[in-house]
Amino acid sequence: MEYVKAFLVGGIICVLVQILMDNTKLQPGRIMVILVMSGVILGALGIYAKIEKFGGCGATVPLSGFGFNLWKGMKEAIDQHGFLGLFEGGFTAASVGTSAALIFSYIASLIFQPKMKK
Amino acid sequence: MRKEPSKQEYNQMVEEMTPKHNCFLNCIKAFVTGGAFCLLGEFMKQMMMKYWGLGKKDSLMFVTIELVLLSVLLTGFNLYGKITKFGGAGGLVPITGFANSVASPAIEYQKEGQVFGIGVKIFTIAGPVILYGIFSSFVIGIIYLLAKQWGWM
Amino acid sequence: MKVIKGKQSIEFEKPPYLLSWASVVAQKEGEGPLGDFFDQVIDDPFFGEKTWEMAEGRFMKQAAMLAIQKAGLTKNEIRYAFAGDLLEQNTATSYGLKDLELPMFGLFGACSTAGESLSLASITVAGGFAEHVLAAASSHIGSAEKQFRFPLEYGNQRPLSATWTVTGSGGFIVSKKKSPIKIRGITTGKIVDYGMKDPMNMGACMAPAAAQVIYQHFEDYSMAPKDYDAIYTGDLGEVGKDILIRLLNENGYDISKVHGDCGLEIYENETQDTHSGGSGCACSAVVLASMLTRKLINGEWKRILFVPTGALMSKTSFNEGESVTGIAHAVLLEKEET
Repeated sequence: MEYVKAFLVGGIICVLVQILMDNTKLQPGRIMVILVMSGVILGALGIYAKIEKFGGCGATVPLSGFGFNLWKGMKEAIDQHGFLGLFEGGFTAASVGTSAALIFSYIASLIFQPKMKK
Repeated sequence: MRKEPSKQEYNQMVEEMTPKHNCFLNCIKAFVTGGAFCLLGEFMKQMMMKYWGLGKKDSLMFVTIELVLLSVLLTGFNLYGKITKFGGAGGLVPITGFANSVASPAIEYQKEGQVFGIGVKIFTIAGPVILYGIFSSFVIGIIYLLAKQWGWM
Repeated sequence: MKVIKGKQSIEFEKPPYLLSWASVVAQKEGEGPLGDFFDQVIDDPFFGEKTWEMAEGRFMKQAAMLAIQKAGLTKNEIRYAFAGDLLEQNTATSYGLKDLELPMFGLFGACSTAGESLSLASITVAGGFAEHVLAAASSHIGSAEKQFRFPLEYGNQRPLSATWTVTGSGGFIVSKKKSPIKIRGITTGKIVDYGMKDPMNMGACMAPAAAQVIYQHFEDYSMAPKDYDAIYTGDLGEVGKDILIRLLNENGYDISKVHGDCGLEIYENETQDTHSGGSGCACSAVVLASMLTRKLINGEWKRILFVPTGALMSKTSFNEGESVTGIAHAVLLEKEET
């Protein structure tokens, strides 16, 4: 059942973004920014936690989940360290995804060569 | 020319004459592709909780790392582009799309050197995501902090 | 005979000739419908170089050398070169042609460069300033995507109005010496801005410029579409073609029977998945240097108007919210009766 829910929730998020893309001329970069920010905002409003509870990875795998994660990290840091947490929370929460992407990509740049578009 | 459309008229004319992707079909493709990535993530999560005995939080982090690695590899072999071409938002929205946006400039700009090539360009597409993610959570964090101190929460 | 014609045109008193032409393309173009007509198809997209930019330069060098060779000349006999590409600071042209050691004018006309270089080369020859002049233009999908859009490995969905940058280069020798194709005249286009902002719909950005220059050409020469065997625009693609025909129709010229677009000739849009067609400086250049010249030579056509179209924009202007302006240059080619 969890699998079906994850598929469903992840799929629906993608469909919403697809509709946004098809009806505006937004470039992928902007779309990703919008997604992350909506994750942060929905996270702060407590809505995204509900989506995650229902959809599991269907909610955490999309980039909006990355934003949600950012907010969770921020909230935790503020709860623990107050004002200092404002500067601590974001990167702590984003660290795994960002580091993984940077580290693997750097290694990939050493291994792979640019290829022709087919 | 004797008769020229105004900018507005022209924009409208172009709008009418430009073909568009079939939105409904696109949505189905996006649904399937995006859903599949999430399903894969869920599968990884369940497996790690079951066999590695990890907690939910840790296994979620592992899912992120694994999906990012998968996407970087697919990018290196020039396959991720095909997934997004088919799936549209389904390839863009998952964390794999983010990883693709980091790996592709890294590979493409290696020719321009370690620092100004890879080092700078690796953030071309992903940089804004990190910036606005951090900044928006900072802004909302301030609101949250103030709300807490004034005892609203 | 008056040389200056109408508002934007020249009709040469002693027309220069297209002495030779050469087209060098990459694999995908070679697999397209015009595959057999190109002089050379290079399978290695890097053409033995290390980067896309240098590869593009190599394509141009190859096209230039081939054109010189086909004209039966040596590079020392070339008085001037007019050439350009799509990249910032004309990278491909500067590095590609430096070894040829020719007196050089570097041009930027975006995808209209083939028309711009032919125009200037013709003026130079007709004015008696040179015997033989090289005109060349190149583009490469690797360098173009990298500069204007995304890294090649990045996944995104291209809209149906998007075009595919042609990899290759076309070179021409414009000369005083007689040949079967003469350049009767040119019409130089103006920068036209209809406020289009979508860089994924280049056809629509450039169609007004093409319409303007073709319209003015008819007016200046007092000719009509029926006087031409063909009118070929550069890279308007499916979308731009329809818009161009409509714009000219509204001005009393129906070109639908003679109009063709180089971007629609070079690929099989359906099977090669190129959406709206080919584009780039090389698109019009290699189609002229293959199919169009061929049809003039074998007598199928007697008079054609060659109108490469360009979108004058940069990444900076786009990010700063400016619209994409267009330009087009018309070159009137005729078969020389012998």
